[in-house]
Parts: sequence; C-alpha cells; structure tokens
Amino acid sequence: MALKVLVGCKRVIDYAVKIRVRPDKLGVVTDGVKHSMNPFDEIAVEEAVRMKEKKIAKEVVVVSCGPAQSQETIRTALAMGADRGVHIEIPADQMTVLQPIHVSKILAKLAEKEAADVVMLGKLAIDDDSNQTAQMTASLLDWPQGVFASKVEQKDSGLEVVREVDGGLETIKINLPAVLSADLRLNEPRYATLPNIMKAKKKKIEKIKPEDLGVDVAPRIEVVSVEDPPVREAGQSVGDVDELLGKLKDKGFSS
Amino acid sequence: MFSLTNRIRQISSPASQLYRCQSTLVVAEHNNEKLNPVTLHAITAAKQLGGDINCMVVGSQNCANVAKEIAEVGGISKILVAENAVFEGFLPEKLAPVLLASQDQFKFTHILAGASAFSRSLLPRVAAKLDVSPISDIIGVKDADTFVRTIYAGNAIMTLKSKDPVKIVTVRSTAFEAAGSSGGAAAIEDFAAPTEGPSVSQYVGQELSKSDRPDLSSAKVVVSGGRGMKNGDNFKMLYDLADKLGAAVGASRAAVDAGMVPNDMQIGQTGKIIAPELYIAVGISGAIQHLAGMKDSKVIVAVNKDAEAPIFQVADYGLVADLFKAVPEITEKI
Repeated sequence: MALKVLVGCKRVIDYAVKIRVRPDKLGVVTDGVKHSMNPFDEIAVEEAVRMKEKKIAKEVVVVSCGPAQSQETIRTALAMGADRGVHIEIPADQMTVLQPIHVSKILAKLAEKEAADVVMLGKLAIDDDSNQTAQMTASLLDWPQGVFASKVEQKDSGLEVVREVDGGLETIKINLPAVLSADLRLNEPRYATLPNIMKAKKKKIEKIKPEDLGVDVAPRIEVVSVEDPPVREAGQSVGDVDELLGKLKDKGFSS
Repeated sequence: MFSLTNRIRQISSPASQLYRCQSTLVVAEHNNEKLNPVTLHAITAAKQLGGDINCMVVGSQNCANVAKEIAEVGGISKILVAENAVFEGFLPEKLAPVLLASQDQFKFTHILAGASAFSRSLLPRVAAKLDVSPISDIIGVKDADTFVRTIYAGNAIMTLKSKDPVKIVTVRSTAFEAAGSSGGAAAIEDFAAPTEGPSVSQYVGQELSKSDRPDLSSAKVVVSGGRGMKNGDNFKMLYDLADKLGAAVGASRAAVDAGMVPNDMQIGQTGKIIAPELYIAVGISGAIQHLAGMKDSKVIVAVNKDAEAPIFQVADYGLVADLFKAVPEITEKI
C-alpha cells in the first residue's frame, strides 16, 4: 500500500524578519528581504519524508507556486528527502493576488496528474494567514480532509488523524486518497545536511505554467491598501509588585 | 441628453442594487447543546453589511434549542435548521453539501461564520465548490465587497475588494461586538438537508479541556504563561492568580510545545487571537507570533526576568522580576 505523496510548499518572508509596509501602501517590502520555506510547509515535507522512511509512502513529490526563487524552496525540500520537484511558474508581481483558490486548483490538477494518494500541505502560510488551501484542494477533488493535524497514523486502509481544534483535540478517521494539513506539533522538521543538499542538486525539478494544467489564475481580489497596524504606545516599567498593583488600581482594575 | 445620463447613473448605482438583492447566511457554531458566542460576533458583522440576515444551524441534536437562542437576537429574518445523526462531529465533508444546497436554493450574496477551527475547516470547502475565494478572519467591513484583514501575523493590515459574486467570510470575534438579545423573533424552519452520499470521513472522538474558568476567547482578564514557567506544575501559581482575578489562563507556543499545558491554551498567530481588558504575560518573551494573538488587549502587563524581552515593548506595565517570587506576591496582595 505504498502511497504517493504530493507535498506543497511556499516561499515566504522568513518568520523572524520584521516586515515593512511598502511606501506605495499596496504590499510589503520583499526586495532584499530574507525568505524561507513557510514553517508549516517544513513540517509537511518532514511528515512526507518520514512516511517514506517508514515505507508508508513510496515517492514524495514537492510542488511550489511562485517566481524563479521558489526553486530554492523546492531544493530545500529535496534536500530534506523529497524525490522530485514541480515548480509552477507565477511571476513575482502576481503573488499578492495569487490565492488559495488558485493554488488549490493547481494542486488538485497535479494530484490527478501524478495519481497522488495523499496531498500534504502546511496549515497556513505565515504571510497571508489564510488557512484555506488544504480544505479547498480536498473539496475540489471530493477527497476527505485531515486539517490542523498534530498526529497522522495509518489505520486499516485509511488514516487516523488527531487534529488541534479550539477546545482541545479531535480524532477522525479518513479514507484514502486524502488531503492533510500540518499543524505546529505534527513533528519537528530536520535540517538538511550538506551531503543531502549536494544530492538534491541532481534531483529533477519540472517547470510548469498554470495554463498547462488548465488553471486560470486571474485575480479574485483587488488590494485596496496595505497599512501598518495601530502603534501601541510605549509603556512604563514598574519597580515592584506594589507599584504594579497601584497602577492597575488607578486604571480601574480591582479584584 | 442630460436627463438620460442621470437615469443611467441611477440605474447602475452598484450600492443600491447590491442592497436590494443582498442576503447573508450566518453559519451557526454550536456543540449540540448551546450556541457558541463566536456566532454572535459574526451576526454583528452581517448587520454591518446590510441586507437580509439568515442563520443556519446544522447538527445532530438539540438544534431547535440552538436556533431559539439565535432567534432572540433582533434583525434576523429566518433560521434554517438541519438536524440529522449524520452530522455528528460536524464533519466538513458532511456539512459542506448542506450549505451548497441552501446556496442553490436561496442564492445568498454572503456566507459568514465566526472565525474558529470549525468555520476554517468548513467554509473554504464550500467556497471551492462555488468557485469563489474565501476571505479569512476579517477585522472590518468597508462595504458589501470590501473587507479588512490582518496579514503577516498582524504586522500589516490589508483592505481588499472581492470580485467574486458570493463572498464567503470568517469573522474575527475580537473585532466585532457580540450581538445581544433584543427580543427578536426570527422564523425557525426546517431545512431539507442532503444526507446521502458516501462517508469518506468518520468522527472518532474528542478530548476537550474542561474548566470552570471563563472561556479563554472571551475572558475579560487573561493570565498567560510561557517558557519561563519551566514546567506544567508551575502553572498552578497562574491558576491560583487567575482564580483570584476571575481570569482565564493562556499560554505561549513554547509552553504548549514543551507539554506544559494543552494546545487549546495557545495564544498566538495560529492559536487563539484574543483582546481582553487585561492580559498578564508571565515568563513570555514576546515573539512576533505570540504578539499576534494578544497585542490588541486593552492593558498588557509583563513579568519577566529578562529586561530585554520583546514583550516589554508592547507592555503597558513591565515588571522585570523573578516570576516565581512576583506571581505569588501579586496573588497575595491583589
């Protein structure tokens, strides 16, 4: 029952970078800014590679939608252990309006083309914070979804998934084929070792355009503005607990 | 010629046309016993949109009771109820067809829900079938097509206009008041929901944290612990302080990752996003992703022995101290 896994990954501004709004107020500054693989996607890639190591999966194909630099992200996934990559070419200036609806259509078409059994994605991308792509991909394929997964195990001929939900944890059983999305605690991703990085340079990356898959990526939104959030005024430091409680009482807090 | 131009301008005024045909469905969240308050915040957002407001209650038990709770909120036209055992566990694969059927029948212009694990799981599935781009976690409504939401963990605010004919939107509770009961009397009707179809997923069970403390998402006061707490046992001192304050207790990702506390206590970009009157951060460094979850709190207090911790940049009152001494002292003196 060795599965074929399609893993999605996205190149985003690194999570530790302090982002700056562009002067034209239509986006954030990306030029010269450090980018990395979306942290949730690292977890997704890791999970897929572990499935291969456990012989649950036979092949891991990694896909990324974006400009030429997305190939760096694909190479990182290949260095972590994915077998081959697919780069869906999207020009850099279209990335702000490329949305889960477009990506999910691309992934659905690719899943069919590759005869994938599992599509593995990160729960959300830390730039747009949408948390939609896995759900939409599953819906387009009419496949079950195991989203916000903190544990995935083979059970009978399907998967048992433990999900992180608002009140705690939920367990579901889903048939295969299925779409999964990785939450923070699914695993701890490995660092790509230098030998694996070198090996990854020989792995294949196929380049495709959305039109080749019959997917229309015309924008569904118009960005009206991107602005800084309200600035919080600097606070004050208090010397001890008594001073703190005094200040809180002045503010109207009393138990 | 002048009057012809005037008439054309009137007929093609988009705002008035939209208002006339505008109709919103708010998908209610509940636990087969009571309504989840997150729905009341979504109803307020629906009211800001204008137009007709309806609700849908889908579940496996007691849906009529949940519908009655909603009916007390004024300004709602009709509440659709779809109750069936197949909806146990609120599986999105089972619920999505219900919303698609109601959309087919009623042709809503907007489908809303309070932002939560439930709606994030379900609404995008519906949007994909309707071929529209869902809009997650809005914090503002500018008009029927234009919404405001945060990006980059709340470090930028985007205003966007949707070009899709149906807007599917989840609503952040902290940005909209909860609609109150005002003696409303909406009509409650059964909705013939599709229940056939293969079961590709199965609800097995859930492990929910039980607590007598206020709900973390809506508590007025929150005490929160981070890596500095060192272990789960030490959280007892935060529970003691919270009990004295009538507060809820939250945690940073570091504390959850380390197994100190369960995941439902996590506050941050991908955990709960809250905005209480008072947020007391104990042993929390203040990473960007944590701030995303609490920086809209009215008053922020930080207790940390590291004077350089980023949390002090957003705190209104910062106490550089050993939390293991400071917290018991606060609890004693409060």
